[in-house]
Amino acid sequence: MTITVNGEPHLAAGAMSLADAVALLTTKPAGVAAALNGEVVRRPDWPQTPLADGDEIEVVTAVQGG
Amino acid sequence: MDDPLVIAGESFSSRLIMGTGGMPSLDVLDRALVASGTELTTVAMRRVDPAASGSVLDLLAARGIRALPNTAGCYTAGEAIRVARLAREALGTSWVKLEVIADERTLLPDPIELLTASEQLIADGFVVLPYTNDDPVLARRLEQAGCAAVMPLGSPIGSGLGIRNPHNIELIVESAGVPVILDAGIGTASDAAIAMELGCAAVLLATSVTRARDPELMATAMREAVQAGRLALRAGRVPRRRHAQASSPAMN
Repeated sequence: MTITVNGEPHLAAGAMSLADAVALLTTKPAGVAAALNGEVVRRPDWPQTPLADGDEIEVVTAVQGG
Repeated sequence: MDDPLVIAGESFSSRLIMGTGGMPSLDVLDRALVASGTELTTVAMRRVDPAASGSVLDLLAARGIRALPNTAGCYTAGEAIRVARLAREALGTSWVKLEVIADERTLLPDPIELLTASEQLIADGFVVLPYTNDDPVLARRLEQAGCAAVMPLGSPIGSGLGIRNPHNIELIVESAGVPVILDAGIGTASDAAIAMELGCAAVLLATSVTRARDPELMATAMREAVQAGRLALRAGRVPRRRHAQASSPAMN
């Protein structure tokens, strides 16, 4: 299946959870949020959130600004 | 704590809220934040960059400064709400500096989208601090919607033009029941002092420090200007007079 993580396509060989998708970008234990197809998913729910072909994932953190 | 700033029931001894955008490095940012004495500092939410080195969040945590996420870069209520929800999840705070801008050239707030986003975020349990126009009517509407503060601009973001309509800021302060925080447009220390003398509860600034030749020194200037302006407000300025009034006794 192909998913999109922060705008970049990613080809997954097998089943993937949202936690796996986030781990492609960062292993930080805090300060990170993820949205699946526009809906925020709470961090404790990431491992139990399976991904499907075509899913769009956004992984964000705080940066300098404002 | 003497004369604290109180927002949504939480007290701060510093009345200077800092932004972090535009700093040449995290090291310079660190020194400027310490010099400013700030206890509350804005951050933006962006896609994770695996190549990024250092973290503004780690810096703020190490200094005991509370992070205030903003919704900078959002043009609609929907976008701002989505970013606020991501920020709440990432940072564990329901506080948000709500920015909904109308266009890239002026970066002025879109009042319709701003009020809509405020109402929806407040219904969702957020503590909303809206970056708003210097419009007393809009400020009142935002307060009525339940915003924890109102943050009128002095002039456009990053312009350094100071407070272009001090009369409007005074009108907002006069009728507001929540803290009024002057947000955007500060160019130099005297602008920050004037904001406080007009009765603002705090000043939020970034560019005037981060793009100053010496950010750390300007941060010190801003800290002292905010304190001086606040003290002057509490002390009560003398009335303006048309003619001179001798300060020495008359000759006998």
